[in-house]
Amino acid sequence: MKEDIISKLTDAQLDALKEVGNIGAGNAATALYQMIGKKVNMSVPKAAVIPLAEVPEVLGGPEVLVAGVFLRVLGDAPGSILFVMPKDSALYLVDILMGRPVSSTQVLSELDQSALKEIGNILASSYLNALSSFTGLTFLPTVPALAVDMAGAILDVILAELGQLGDYALLIETRFQAESAHVEGHFFLIPDPGSLLVILRTLGVDSNGASN
Amino acid sequence: MIVMGQVIRVGIADLNIGRSPDVIVTLGLGSCVGVALYDKVAKIGGLAHVMLPDSKQARSGQNPAKFADTAIPLLIEKMERAGASRSRMVAKIAGGAQMFSFSDKNLQLNIGKRNVEAVKAVLAEEKIPLVAEDTGGSYGRSVELHTDSGKFVVRTVGHGIKEL
Repeated sequence: MKEDIISKLTDAQLDALKEVGNIGAGNAATALYQMIGKKVNMSVPKAAVIPLAEVPEVLGGPEVLVAGVFLRVLGDAPGSILFVMPKDSALYLVDILMGRPVSSTQVLSELDQSALKEIGNILASSYLNALSSFTGLTFLPTVPALAVDMAGAILDVILAELGQLGDYALLIETRFQAESAHVEGHFFLIPDPGSLLVILRTLGVDSNGASN
Repeated sequence: MIVMGQVIRVGIADLNIGRSPDVIVTLGLGSCVGVALYDKVAKIGGLAHVMLPDSKQARSGQNPAKFADTAIPLLIEKMERAGASRSRMVAKIAGGAQMFSFSDKNLQLNIGKRNVEAVKAVLAEEKIPLVAEDTGGSYGRSVELHTDSGKFVVRTVGHGIKEL
């Protein structure tokens, strides 16, 4: 049953996960706003079960250039977090954070890369804080890692892990938009399959029935 | 049925074959490995986008194109059915990068390296010579197999284009 859980999620369970995503994303958007001083819109997150092969399409295709911040989440319900931005958005964010004129950054220096990792870190932490107060579970994010490359290549890291268990991925997706579409990002929370059951149980929507 | 001269796209955990002058393409390989097989006499090629090393460590009943140990034999079989000869097949591979590096070595995801090792072991088992490879590193790759010549083109972002 543990193995099959992803492909067998009910609508009520997906809704509950989406709601958790909503609250986590609200926190993360506030943190991002405080960091860059620009209004951040957060669009309704998507919690969906999709075939592994279609995951890169979410980001616009396997060859789109993106910056990805990846971190593992340890604790009661281990999983992974991947925050992906189009490369242009990443450069724009770096310009704002570093106080440079917009579009002046073309190549990411080491300091710029640290700044992006820090953004990922702050977003992940605020997201996990919300998730933690919602579920009572403890989540411990690890130090983030950054890669700037083709979307397909960056997504491999999560797909390979998920792929050991099945042909489907559960994505709790969130979209951020700041400064009229200059910055957008996708935030993927990928619970390890065992963790999904733990989260669903604390939300009161495990497979034994009740949807509340 | 194979239509002549088209661009055939291979997705993640997918495989396909083509015959001259088709070009078989797979995009955005990170830790995944692109395995190209080619019979230069029949001018038939095949390409697999392998995601994981070993089907035996995973739940059974999954898509065979996902794993090195099941994708390669399946690719060989498909090519043979199309008229290629196993004894003439050669292999070229690319991918198996480590996209993210962590300061904590316990968290290192060395799936790319394990994929490359598994692909090589399966090729050796199937007695198909590996004639060229572009593997490892920390960057993504897109590859195309040209079935008219057996040319295997590896494109990257910021690390140039290679012809194998």
